[in-house]
Amino acid sequence: MSNIIIYPILIPILTASLALIAFKNRELQRWLSVIGSVATFIAGCVLLYVVYTEGIQVLQPGNWEAPFGISMVADLFSALMVCVTGLMAMTISIYSLGDMDKQRESFGFQPLFQILIFGVIGAFLTGDLFNLYVWFEVMLITSFVLLAIGNGKAQLDGAVKYVVINLLSSLIFLAGVGIMYGLTGTLNLAAMAQALQDTENTGLVITASMMFLVSFGIKSAVFPLFFWLPASYHTPPVTITAIFGALLTKVGVYSLVRVFTLLFTQDIGYTHTILLWISVPTMVVGVLGAASQYDVRKILSFHIVSQIGYMIMGLAFFTKIALAGVIYYILHNILAKTNLFLVAGIAQKLVGSFHLSRLGGLYKNYPLVSSLFAISAISLAGLPPLTGFWAKYTVIYAGLEVEQWVVIGFALAVGLMTMFSMTKIWMGAYWSPLPDTAPVVADKNFKPVAGAQLIALLLPTIIIAGFIVVLGIFGEPFYALLFEAADQLLDPSMYINAVLNP
Amino acid sequence: MEPLLAIVIGILVALSVFLMLRRNLVRVVIGIVILSNAVNLLIFTLGRLDRGIPPLIASGEYVPSGAFANPLPQALVLTAIVIGFGLLSYALVLVYRAYTEVGTLNVDEMRVAEPPYKGEELPAGVIKGEDEA
Repeated sequence: MSNIIIYPILIPILTASLALIAFKNRELQRWLSVIGSVATFIAGCVLLYVVYTEGIQVLQPGNWEAPFGISMVADLFSALMVCVTGLMAMTISIYSLGDMDKQRESFGFQPLFQILIFGVIGAFLTGDLFNLYVWFEVMLITSFVLLAIGNGKAQLDGAVKYVVINLLSSLIFLAGVGIMYGLTGTLNLAAMAQALQDTENTGLVITASMMFLVSFGIKSAVFPLFFWLPASYHTPPVTITAIFGALLTKVGVYSLVRVFTLLFTQDIGYTHTILLWISVPTMVVGVLGAASQYDVRKILSFHIVSQIGYMIMGLAFFTKIALAGVIYYILHNILAKTNLFLVAGIAQKLVGSFHLSRLGGLYKNYPLVSSLFAISAISLAGLPPLTGFWAKYTVIYAGLEVEQWVVIGFALAVGLMTMFSMTKIWMGAYWSPLPDTAPVVADKNFKPVAGAQLIALLLPTIIIAGFIVVLGIFGEPFYALLFEAADQLLDPSMYINAVLNP
Repeated sequence: MEPLLAIVIGILVALSVFLMLRRNLVRVVIGIVILSNAVNLLIFTLGRLDRGIPPLIASGEYVPSGAFANPLPQALVLTAIVIGFGLLSYALVLVYRAYTEVGTLNVDEMRVAEPPYKGEELPAGVIKGEDEA
């Protein structure tokens, strides 16, 4: 029993409440948001340290013993995700100081952002299936508003698709929760896993597992359920796209990993083979979609889909090394993908466009921005020694161990295509000369961002790039952490005992 | 009782799927309303149906005596109804805003966020967005 687990949840909602009280005072809201996000990050790091040194942490709020109350559980995987969510909250809230316009902030961007973080962290820490649904809804309703806030024509169009498909996915999830409750008589994940160990009704369990697969599959944008993502993610301002790309799909992947390691391990030959064969088209279609686009935000949106494929592939291999690789891949992808979106936003503020045909000359004029892009792009493409290489290496090494040659072949080819995509952005936006159609040349009213605003934009990207470099080059101690997290995932009895027999 | 509810849930799901496959956005949203009610009924049914035995604790005791109806599914359904209500009212406002901005409810014609590619032939009536290129 430990109260430490509740702080990463309490701090964002407290910050959001204070920001709502200060609704009219835009400056105060902004600084509250930054301070709150830094505090969330620190709380996440403390939680990670405590979980690492003292094992799985469990809190039974209101002293209702499991399985009767709602448990909050933090194993190493959850704690790592909370920690990196805190890091994203911190960096993106700083970035929003330079990026977010007055109109959107006066509609309440900052409190909404904090409530989104609140929902995401809650989903990572809950140990109860119905409660997970509630956290998903908290996260979804704020993301709906964030996506539509500002009322741009394209934004509303993108939001309609996003909202409808996500409402559907939530309902499928809820139906799955209902079936699991009817089957096991409990909603506590640990108690449910225990009840499933000696269930005889495997057919119904697998049916429910497929409902979870479809629902979380929509949320994490796997093939063939990914169409809403490239249709909506490029419409809002880049701050919002970055936080969506960093966290929302990863919550879907987190939930997939959680239910397919803890609950649905009765018939791995069936469920995990399905996972394996949806991972391949997810990777391939995502990267081909990216190759066909010329808007930087759309290229990066399609790459989210493609990278999700690697994570699902690692989950499908279901070995210790593979799961360690999945966790590393999620963390790496959050860092690299967010940074690419943030740098694309800076480039847009400097040259005036997201479109490759109107970008150029960044390498000549802004070497620092270019090197930040290069670090993230090289990491995403998987070149050593940055995080992307180790993440891909670990997942693919696990695949070689279980002898899935075809899948590995696709994974490697997709890695090459990712390299091609990143080269395309590099050639189009950074190396090529500045075209005459670029707004910075063609539009007299366009002024490149400078001064304090530029520093607010650059600081978070430098922090994230620093994490990418350090985790890539000095990754050895980090791997010990990942393997322990994978051990906890592979052996559900640790989770069950921590919750039910404290 | 269970077979009857199972049939009702099946009809509701079929109806909602039919509505969600329509091109008119308002019908799609109504389809989601019906699906959400079907799922609530599903949870209620799966929590076992017992009639006439309320889960009340007699005075002086700590647990209800004898058989009693499971109160948890009702709490779950109540939560789901409240959440669904909030989400649906947001969805309706969003659809209305999208209608006033984009000027159509036909989902095939809403292409503002994904403008057509160069040289792509589109059916008549499609609302074209502004491509940056």
